[in-house]
Amino acid sequence: MDALKQELKSKIIEVLNLEDVTVADINDDDALFGDGLGLDSIDALELIVLMDKNYGIKLTDPKEGKTIFQSIATMAAYIDANRTK
Amino acid sequence: MKKSVYITYTNCVTPLGFDLESNWIALQNGHSGIESHADVGLLDSFFASIIPNDKIDEAFAAVAQDENFTKLEKMLILAMKPLVEKHPVTSKSVFVFSTTKGNISLLGKENVSVEAAQLSVLAWKISRYFGFATEPIVVSNACVSGVLALAVAKRMLQADIYDSAFVVAGDEVSEFVLSGFNSFQAMSEEPCKPYDAKRNGVTLGEAAAAAYLTVNESEVQPNHFKILGDGAVNDANHISGPSRTGEGLVRSIQSALKEAQRKAETIDYISAHGTATVYNDEMEAIAFNRLSLQQVPVNSLKGYYGHTLGASGLLETVLGMESARRNQLIVSKGYAASGVTQPINVITANENRKIDCFLKTASGFGGCNTAVLFEKVK
Amino acid sequence: MEGATQRFYLKKLNKLEGVYKIARQCTIENNSILLNGEKCFTVEGVSFSEFAKAAYKHFEMDYPKFFKMDNLSKLAFLVSEIILKDIVKSEEELDIALVFANRSSSLDTDVKYQASIADKTSYFPSPAVFVYTLPNICIGEISIRYQLKTENAFFVFDTFPAEFFKNYTESLLTTGKTEKVLCGWTEYFQETYKAVVYLVGEKGTIEHNKQNINTLYNN
Repeated sequence: MDALKQELKSKIIEVLNLEDVTVADINDDDALFGDGLGLDSIDALELIVLMDKNYGIKLTDPKEGKTIFQSIATMAAYIDANRTK
Repeated sequence: MKKSVYITYTNCVTPLGFDLESNWIALQNGHSGIESHADVGLLDSFFASIIPNDKIDEAFAAVAQDENFTKLEKMLILAMKPLVEKHPVTSKSVFVFSTTKGNISLLGKENVSVEAAQLSVLAWKISRYFGFATEPIVVSNACVSGVLALAVAKRMLQADIYDSAFVVAGDEVSEFVLSGFNSFQAMSEEPCKPYDAKRNGVTLGEAAAAAYLTVNESEVQPNHFKILGDGAVNDANHISGPSRTGEGLVRSIQSALKEAQRKAETIDYISAHGTATVYNDEMEAIAFNRLSLQQVPVNSLKGYYGHTLGASGLLETVLGMESARRNQLIVSKGYAASGVTQPINVITANENRKIDCFLKTASGFGGCNTAVLFEKVK
Repeated sequence: MEGATQRFYLKKLNKLEGVYKIARQCTIENNSILLNGEKCFTVEGVSFSEFAKAAYKHFEMDYPKFFKMDNLSKLAFLVSEIILKDIVKSEEELDIALVFANRSSSLDTDVKYQASIADKTSYFPSPAVFVYTLPNICIGEISIRYQLKTENAFFVFDTFPAEFFKNYTESLLTTGKTEKVLCGWTEYFQETYKAVVYLVGEKGTIEHNKQNINTLYNN
C-alpha cells in the first residue's frame, strides 16, 4: 500500500505538471483539491484518465470522483480494491 | 458618424437541409438532425447531428466537377455559393472565415502532411475558389467564433477597409473533437436538452453557414438586418469552466446595447448558446437575470443541430433572422422543465410574435463570450 | 514643398494618423527576449520548454499554472508578462483588449492530442491536452492572469498581418470598446516560434502605423 501511495504521488506530479512539488511534499492525507495541492476541474478529469490508464478503473460519474480523489490515501484505497491491472 | 452595416443574404448547410428554406421548414416541424451513431474511435455509440457523406457529395457534384475537396470544404462552398452568385465578389470584398478545427480530420490520415490541416490553407482554398482579391481573415476563437466573425466583419466594414464581407462558418464532427469532449465527460448520453432539469451535456453537430454583409444602403430592403452593436468580453475566470457570475457575457451584452444605444427592453428575442452542460446553461441564466432579460423569449437551437462549434454562432444567427423575418418563435427543443436556478423564459411552443430586435449570444472555452444585437429593417 | 508648408502638412498628417501610439513592445525568438528592442534575457542551446522555464524563473513570475500550459500559451503568457508586469501595480481593473493572431493556430498541440488517439489499443485522450487545442486559450490564460474582462479575439493569418492588426486595433479604440490594446503575433509549431506583441493606446513613443508595426516584426 505504501508503495502504491508513493507511485501515485510521483504519477500525479508528472501528469499534472506540478512544478517544484516533490513526492516528499505530499502527505497521504493532504487534500488534493481546494487548499491542499490546489488542483482544479481539468486536473480532476486528468486523474480519471490516470485511473483508467494505469489501473484499469473506469470512472464515469464525476461525483464519485469527488470522494475518491480526496487525498492520496483515499485514492490508493480505492485503487487497491478496484484495480484490474 | 459610423456607417451602418447590414446583412442582406444568408444561407446554411446542415443535416436538416442544404438551404435556408428547408432548414426553416424542418425547425417548424420540430425535426432534429441528431441521431444515434456508432463506432468512432472507442465510442461504441453516441448521439450527433451529422450530414451523410453521400448526400454532401451528391449536392456538391451538382454544382462543381472538381472532386479535390474535403467534406468540410464542400459544405463551406455549398453554403457560400448562392451568396456569391447574388453578390459578385469585388476588389473591396473580404472573406471572413470562422472555424475551430477546420480540416482536423486530415491529421489522422496517412500520407497527408500536417501542413494540410492548417486553417489558413483551408481559408485560402475557399478564398481562391470564389476569387477573392483580399487576404482571408480567419477567426478561431472557440465556440464564439461564428458570431464573433460577424462582429469582426462589421467592425472592418465600419473602419472603411472593405465595402462588403462574406462571412462563412463551418466545423465538422470528427473523432478528434468527439474523443476530446468525451474525455471532458461533457457528452450527453441522450440528444442534448438545453436548460432542462435533466440536461447532462453536449451533443456535437456539423454545419456550415454564410452571411453577406454590406454598407451599401442601395442593396438594403425591408426584412434585411442591421447590426446594431456587439461585444466580445472575456470572463477572466477559467480556461474551460464558464464564469459562475456570467460576468463576461453580461459585459458583452452591455457593450452591444451601449453601442446600439438601446435598453434591454427593446430585445424581443434571444437566440442563446444553450450547450446543455450544467454550468454553461446556469451561467447564461444568471447573466440574463442580471440584465433583467429573464422575461424575453429565449431558445437554444442545439436540440436541432447539436453543438456545431465554430459554425454555431453564425448558424443560429441565420436562423434567428429567419425567426424575426417571419415573426415566429421556435421551440427550444429538448426542454421540458427548468433546470437552472434563475428564471428564464424558454420557448416551449412555436408562436407568432413580433420580433424587431433580437440578441445572439455565445460563450466558449478560454472564457470567451460574444453578444450581437440585430434589428430588422422596416 | 518646403519649410512652413511642409511642416504644416506633416503636422496635419500626424494628427490624422498619429492618434494612437505604441507604448511598449516585446519580442521572443531564438531563445531570447527583447523588451523595447533591448535584449533582456537569453539562454543558448535549449528546447523551448526549457527556455520558457528559465525565463519564468528569471523574471520571478510565481504562477504555478504556467507549467500546465501548452507551448503556445507559455509563449503568449511570457511575452505578455514582460510587457504588463510593470504596468500592473494596483487592484485597479485594466481596460486592455487582447488581439492576437498566428499562422499555425493550435496545430502543435493538435498533433500531440492526435497522437493520444492514434492507437486503439492505447487510447487515452487527455482533457488537459484537449483544452489547449484551441488557439484562443492562450488569450484566456492572459485574461485570467491580469483579470482582463475585456474585448478579445484570436485570428489566423498566413503571415504577420500588420495592416489588419492596425485596422482592428484602431476600430476597438475609436469605438470606445477599450482603452488600450495588447496586440500581437504568437506563432508556435514544433520548436519553431516567434512572438511579437505590443501595447497600443493614446500614449507612447512610436506612432501606431502599418510601417512601424511591420518594423517591430522584422527587426
